[in-house]
Amino acid sequence: SVAVNAETWTLHQFNELLEVHHATYTWLHFEAVSENGCAYRRSRWRKYETELQRCRPEALPIEFGDYHPLKPILVTDTKTRRGVRKGSTSSSSSSSSSVPPDPLSSMLDGTDPLSMFASETSTVPRSVVGHDFEPWSAKRGEILTRFTTTEKLSIVRKATSPASSAVSEKVRTRLEELDDLEEQDYANRIEELNQSLKEAWASDQKVKALKIVIQCAKLLSDTSVIQFYPSKFVLITDIMDTFGDCSMCVFLFLHTNALLLSDAFTCEDVNDTAKETCLNWFFKIASIRELLPRLYVEASILKCNHFLNKTGISTTLPRLTAMVRGIGDPLVAAYARAYLCRVGMEVAPQLKDTLNTNFFDLLRTFRQLSGESVQNQLVVQRVEMPEYLTLYSPAINWILQCIAYRAPEPLLTEMMERCKTMGNNALLLNSVMRAFRPEFVAARATDFIGMIKECDEAGFPKHLLFGSLGRSLASADPPEPERLTILNEAWKVITKVRSPRDYIICAEIWVEFTCRHFTKREVNTVLADMIKHMTPDRAFEDAYPQLQSVIGKILTYFHDFSILFSMERFLPFLDMFQKDSVRVEVCRSIMEVFIRHQLEPTRDPVILNAMLHICKTMHDSVNALTLEDEKRSLSLLIIGFIRMVSFGRDFEQQLNFCVESRSTFCNLEPVLVQLIHTVNQLAMETRRVMRGNHSRKTAAFVRACAAYSFITIPSLSSIFSRLSLYLLSGQVALANQCLSQADAFLKAAVSVLPEVPRSISVEGKLRSSESFLLDFINNFLSTLLVVPDHPEHGVLYLVRGLLNMVQDYTWEDNSDAKVRVYISALPLLAAMSQETYLYSIPKMDSNETLYGGDPKFLSEINKLCETLIGQVLDHLKALGREETARRQGALAFSLFGVLVAHGDLRNNKLSQLAVNLWNLSHKHGYCDTRFSVRTLDHMKQQAQQLDMSHLSDTVQRLALQSRT
Amino acid sequence: MSVSVDIRLKRANKVYNEGEVLSGVVVLQCKEPLPHHGILLSMEGLVNLQLSSKSVGVFEAFYNSVKPISLLSSSIEVARSGKIPGGKTEIPFEFPLQAKGNKVLYETYHGVFVNIQYTLRCDVKRPLLAKDLSRTCEFIVHCQPQKAKVSPSPVSFSITPDTLQNSRERDTLPKFLIRGHLDATCCVVSQPLSGEVVVEHSDIPIKSIELQLVRVETCGCAEGYARDATEIQNIQIAEGDVCHGLPIPVYMVFPRLFTCPTLETTNFKVEFEVNIVIVLQDDHLITENFPLKLCRV
Repeated sequence: SVAVNAETWTLHQFNELLEVHHATYTWLHFEAVSENGCAYRRSRWRKYETELQRCRPEALPIEFGDYHPLKPILVTDTKTRRGVRKGSTSSSSSSSSSVPPDPLSSMLDGTDPLSMFASETSTVPRSVVGHDFEPWSAKRGEILTRFTTTEKLSIVRKATSPASSAVSEKVRTRLEELDDLEEQDYANRIEELNQSLKEAWASDQKVKALKIVIQCAKLLSDTSVIQFYPSKFVLITDIMDTFGDCSMCVFLFLHTNALLLSDAFTCEDVNDTAKETCLNWFFKIASIRELLPRLYVEASILKCNHFLNKTGISTTLPRLTAMVRGIGDPLVAAYARAYLCRVGMEVAPQLKDTLNTNFFDLLRTFRQLSGESVQNQLVVQRVEMPEYLTLYSPAINWILQCIAYRAPEPLLTEMMERCKTMGNNALLLNSVMRAFRPEFVAARATDFIGMIKECDEAGFPKHLLFGSLGRSLASADPPEPERLTILNEAWKVITKVRSPRDYIICAEIWVEFTCRHFTKREVNTVLADMIKHMTPDRAFEDAYPQLQSVIGKILTYFHDFSILFSMERFLPFLDMFQKDSVRVEVCRSIMEVFIRHQLEPTRDPVILNAMLHICKTMHDSVNALTLEDEKRSLSLLIIGFIRMVSFGRDFEQQLNFCVESRSTFCNLEPVLVQLIHTVNQLAMETRRVMRGNHSRKTAAFVRACAAYSFITIPSLSSIFSRLSLYLLSGQVALANQCLSQADAFLKAAVSVLPEVPRSISVEGKLRSSESFLLDFINNFLSTLLVVPDHPEHGVLYLVRGLLNMVQDYTWEDNSDAKVRVYISALPLLAAMSQETYLYSIPKMDSNETLYGGDPKFLSEINKLCETLIGQVLDHLKALGREETARRQGALAFSLFGVLVAHGDLRNNKLSQLAVNLWNLSHKHGYCDTRFSVRTLDHMKQQAQQLDMSHLSDTVQRLALQSRT
Repeated sequence: MSVSVDIRLKRANKVYNEGEVLSGVVVLQCKEPLPHHGILLSMEGLVNLQLSSKSVGVFEAFYNSVKPISLLSSSIEVARSGKIPGGKTEIPFEFPLQAKGNKVLYETYHGVFVNIQYTLRCDVKRPLLAKDLSRTCEFIVHCQPQKAKVSPSPVSFSITPDTLQNSRERDTLPKFLIRGHLDATCCVVSQPLSGEVVVEHSDIPIKSIELQLVRVETCGCAEGYARDATEIQNIQIAEGDVCHGLPIPVYMVFPRLFTCPTLETTNFKVEFEVNIVIVLQDDHLITENFPLKLCRV
């Protein structure tokens, strides 16, 4: 019954309201002439100038001294407080530092549990060498990808089958047979072994683990698929590393104080049990029958020598080095040496002598390469000598890199001299160039070229040698006067390389050197040569990565696009990218560089043509399947280009450019939007140049601009960008005195309104379009103030049209949006009835001048207001139910606000309506009291103004509900 | 009811010399109190001789002479009969390591026909209806360092087809020349055997070079003896066709337990030899034998 009561009360209240409404209505028809002559005007008389003056806040001096909103927050003494609270003694932080403490890091200050763990577990020094030493892990991947095979590989499964004790003899022998495997399977199998090794450790089957490791190391003596050997080495040494780490951990664990050990611990710190276990282990390894497993396993646990005695490593390493001499196969030996050097560098980088011994021993065994055994092997495996030699490179490179690391200059010179005197020196030379410091190589580049020339053709391929040299020269500069000779000499050889694959690998390296030191002329020549080599038989199809990298290198050195595009061969070079995806990627990278480095707008036809071509390529790659993200990023790049184009005062050409671009980039909407903005900007720029007085010619031009926009906008699919562009272009047209164009734009906008869907997708989510629409309409309304009425249409033609559209629009159910539009139209109408408008467009007559305060005009406005208020009140009535009371209150209050701000409350009926609205809005107590109080305060303040004293009467009738 | 008995020696490596004191603890672990009739700890040193099956027929006659020789035997009662409380109990003990009578404590050695072994044995005697518990633990005895000074004298060798002894087809042999040296044939057992091998020249590629460590055990008495040579371990020092002219290191660690200082007694002998074995690609086997004298310093 309470609800019914409330209902009836509301109805009663409403009847009252409506009565007042009727009264107002009749009153509006009553024509009175007030004393100050402003007849027919029911909206409040406004003096915008004085109001503005009043509203302007007193100039407050802003202190620029300390405060800046973007300055990082300085927390000065939180830490001290924290410390006190916790009862600890950290008090050092009260001095405010210039670096603000990051609240997150100070939370975990010093006691981060994870880093504590890490520091505990990493007591064993992982790497003693500096960061400038390129670690093995960096080489690993490269070797694995470079040395591959399609041959069958074999592996002995003896150690791997855990069930071997359970299966019958027959099955077991089968298991032990050689399995033929593909390369990937082989890698997987090795990984399996690695896993079972870890498991064996974890389950305390140390001997089994050792057996697995021995089996693995044995695989390294098998060179049956020799092309795969380097990769095999990588895979298997991974297992060795696991084993070494495991055993180190075990010994550390055995040692009770292991956690306290620093890397400076000595054998005296190790307790007896640990020592004994370790010793046992070494005895076991010393009795491994085969040479290679013994060598590898001992090397892998080299660091455990720490536990035995002080001199352990420094005696073991040379012994192991000597042991390698027993390996007959030179390739196997070279890799064993590489492994020793690697372990040695990790554990005892100070022992340079072993590294050198390794290298010299390697040199001494070089004559084996031409020996009978190797030659026979190559024949059997059908491997050519040059290919065989490249198998050595990773190992020798690594050894030399270890030697060259922080080595004195004379040592390097000595090494170089030794290489010179050796037979087969190409292989060595290559490694020297790869491993030694680039500065060292660069300083002797001419010498190296001489040495390369002297190498015999049959052995190591020369283009690889030049490739290595080029790599050094790319990062270090040879002496100035030699540069051109070096380039000439190198290119002479490179250009003779037959195979396109080898050619492009080498050429790609040398492009960097060329770009670094020479001008566009040389680069152009190089590009021409590359085109010549890569075009026959479409060889470029297999070399896209290299070609792309060539472009990348050129772009890092040439930022001036006029120079870049004036290279005759640059665009033909681009034409070699014929696969769409690669082509777009290349264009994209060029555009990125362009946007980053082109700072000045340009009109250079060379650049424009080339860039248009590139942008067109990107644009043309867009199809129905292109992802939104892709489209967006392409659009951004193209927009970046369009913004950089400027023809200065030649506006017509600029417009032509836009026309051309529109046809070129028609599939990318953001680009079209940008083009419309550009054209609008162009129109405004014209206006600025003409200082607002268009000549006949410029007037025609701006009309052309408007026409451009007018025909471009409909092709956009996004309705809101269409709407806002119509409005914007309309404003631009108005500013340029193109009345009919402006009318057309605004009419178009109004006619598009019904098409606005009720929900649109924003960032992939479906959201109601209402708020966007309201925003737009409010914006539109404010523009309408200055739009003069069309002589052939009725008064307020556009306003009426808009309001009709709003009325017909299918708003969401239970939405007040329509009424909100009506409420916000009232201020517009009030502003229109003023004698002087709040704003106007220079050299444009608005309605104020057209009608000059004609009473008929004013009464039209009043009628319109009348209708609107009537609509709003009807709606308020419909909202009478309890569940919509909150909405009712809010709407009533906003209408109240509009009446107070814009209505003339001297009129009793109007002021009665306001009072009623106030009461209605406060009836259910949903009103924000603070807001009401502030409104009252404002009204009181207003009442003190001249001519506004009547407000105080109204204020007295507005009761403020106290909340109970 | 689970009971475990363990003997733990103080030294982690369990190595003792004659005259030293063997100390440690007997560890008993049980959940409930354990009644017992005394815990006995005994120490024993034995030389076990065995005849190879080849020579059993011939030497059946002096079967008696191969019965084990006791070097050491003593026992103590570490606890009188009573009860051991539940939980972990450690009973410390000490034994002086002294040989029986005029015997000498030989070094521990695990061989095929000769075994020299020292053990500690703990027996827990238990009342009726419960099995006695026992636990044995081997410890290692190193003999006294030899007084005589060992001066390393390098032994050089050179192998050619002409130096071979038992070769039937000398003419068909390929030509080769392998030189080298051992740093010493009189070696300290705790230090590795070392030296160098250089393949100066070989017509047929080499497949492998190996070091074969051999024990020569002799059992017997005045009437006769059995002498058997068996392999202890085989260590590969070169694999494949090694680079000619490049010295390859000879390096071998003497395995513990399986080697001991060369031993010569009235009843048995333990000697060692090393063979350098060169295997050619066509499976020709070339062996050079070096008797070793091992000692401890």
